[in-house]
Amino acid sequence: MNVIVCIKQVPDTTEVRIDPVTKNLVREGVKSIINPFDAYAIEEGVRLKEKFGGKVTAVTMGPPQAEMVLREAISLGCDDAILVSDRAFAGSDTLATGYTLSKAVAKIKDYDLIICGKQAIDGDTAQVGPGVAAMLDIPQITYVRKINDVKDGEITAERSTEEGYEVVQTKLPCLITVVKEINTPRLPSLKGKMKAKSAVIQAWKAVDIEAEPDRIGLKGSPTEVWKIFTPPARAQGQIFQGEAQASVDQLVDSLKGLLY
Amino acid sequence: MSGITVYKDKCIGCSLCVKTCPFDAITLVDKKAVIDLDKCTLCSSCVEACRKTNAIEIIRETTRTPDIEKYKGVWVFVEQKRGVVQPVAFELLGKARELADKLDVEVAAVLLGHNVKEKAQELIERGADTVYVADDPKLEHFLDEPYARILANLIRKHRPEILLSPATSIGRSVVSRVAVQLRVGLTADCTALDVNLDERFLLQTRPAFGGNIMATILSRHHRPQLATVRHKVMKELPPDLSRKGRIDALTFDRSFFTSRTKVLEVVDSVMATVNITEANVIVSGGRAMGGAANFKMLEDLAGVLNGAVGASRAAIDEGWLPYAHQVGQTGKTVCPKVYIACGISGQIQHLVGMQSSDIIIAINRDASAPIFSVANYGIVGDIFEVVPLLTKKFKQVV
Repeated sequence: MNVIVCIKQVPDTTEVRIDPVTKNLVREGVKSIINPFDAYAIEEGVRLKEKFGGKVTAVTMGPPQAEMVLREAISLGCDDAILVSDRAFAGSDTLATGYTLSKAVAKIKDYDLIICGKQAIDGDTAQVGPGVAAMLDIPQITYVRKINDVKDGEITAERSTEEGYEVVQTKLPCLITVVKEINTPRLPSLKGKMKAKSAVIQAWKAVDIEAEPDRIGLKGSPTEVWKIFTPPARAQGQIFQGEAQASVDQLVDSLKGLLY
Repeated sequence: MSGITVYKDKCIGCSLCVKTCPFDAITLVDKKAVIDLDKCTLCSSCVEACRKTNAIEIIRETTRTPDIEKYKGVWVFVEQKRGVVQPVAFELLGKARELADKLDVEVAAVLLGHNVKEKAQELIERGADTVYVADDPKLEHFLDEPYARILANLIRKHRPEILLSPATSIGRSVVSRVAVQLRVGLTADCTALDVNLDERFLLQTRPAFGGNIMATILSRHHRPQLATVRHKVMKELPPDLSRKGRIDALTFDRSFFTSRTKVLEVVDSVMATVNITEANVIVSGGRAMGGAANFKMLEDLAGVLNGAVGASRAAIDEGWLPYAHQVGQTGKTVCPKVYIACGISGQIQHLVGMQSSDIIIAINRDASAPIFSVANYGIVGDIFEVVPLLTKKFKQVV
């Protein structure tokens, strides 16, 4: 069973701050991390390999420094890592990113399953996974919380819904996106860390994946950011302190017309 | 040539762009901004920061939808589950109506499912002029392939300029595939929508970087413009029983319904009182709840207010509630009318999941807890004392 895991390096959005004076995004001191949901994707890929054999290949599209998350993926048990990086990819929206990753997957060729995190925390779109599946014309199961079974060229999995879950079966090769509930990722082993240090990361450019110039980067991206602004600050709230009953009475009074 | 340019003659070396760049791609060399193209993702944050000086520009050359001016109308992809139209569909119809009136075009709803025909009239009462219905046993359960195929086919045929879909697990999955099939732009999880009347493009505003900034996205040269829209943000129209519209019952060739995926079982494990994305009121508990049994107290309060129970990551990781209840960065993003945070300190990972709620009420023993900084109302006190009193008081007035 050969698995491809698509991962992304993201700024740790919990550390991103707005400068109160200039109202600009301040990224000073913000670390680059592996997208948290992708850690679950890696872990699931490695577990499948441990159960069924085969190998796990981690793929990322990003600037050269995104190599860091690929080394992390190797330390966590991935066998191969591919960095899809080219200045021509800059400015890609989800459509262009989906296309680029699908071309990289097509070059890897030999795979049964693609695993992605459900979304990346910087963009929060959840669009790239299904986009890759659609480009490759393979089925998808999004928001997978559990893989029940993989056999006879089919995968059965539980797909989370707003109300609970559905048990869904589809044919391999397919793409799944995973939620946090699916597993608890392991920590890198010492051996894994050693391997990550010396691993050779393959680097693929646009020509290597035979990407059409019109479908990548800015040119292949129908959407553009028109304006960026800081959300309006919340007004200073009313805080009640002191005796509990009095606070409760005051609070409930304030909510008149809103809740009753 | 597409790309980013710094006009050295205009650059005043103020370094605003350097501080703004989320990717650390800009440095000042001889008091002029220099962009490291290996790091730059063309996110346009610097262009925005430099708006006064106008020394940075992104030039984009892009493809274009042929006959773009022939695309007319605002569409809504109606989400239904087990034949029940989801409330978010009415919210989207309300917004679609507003946008369509500005553009002077019609609103159409697309309803796919089984035994759903009779729901079409209700969609007209809520703002649709036309309802396209595909009613077939094969569409009973949501399946990405046939749903995407039918949607893409209808769009190719009727050429709407805008399609709104809910940013739900179904909406995000299916419309992502549709966008690829049509090779058009898709903006996720919008919280505000408007139209530019000169060029008829949809201004799609959404939170980015965990809600720390808002970005307005547009797709100038492609139609339709696809957007998924967050729950509970747009206002639904009250039903107007006198509204007239057209119901177009569609039939499709069998090949449209083929799917490599099948649904074996649907398990609604989450109680109705727990679907936190649809709830108007959410009562959430954090680490200070101390144990699973204590959540009974929050259920009681939620019960009185007809709300749902949520939890912070800390409480979920302790195993006190299933993951479906988790609010925050690795859980769900919610925006109810009222969010009551009980014993939640308010770490940023939690705040990004709930800070767009209309009213936030915090109850916490620690007056310096960060949750109070986003709260409209707060009570400093012991949750085990305050929450039951609150339940009792609400019982009297609600």
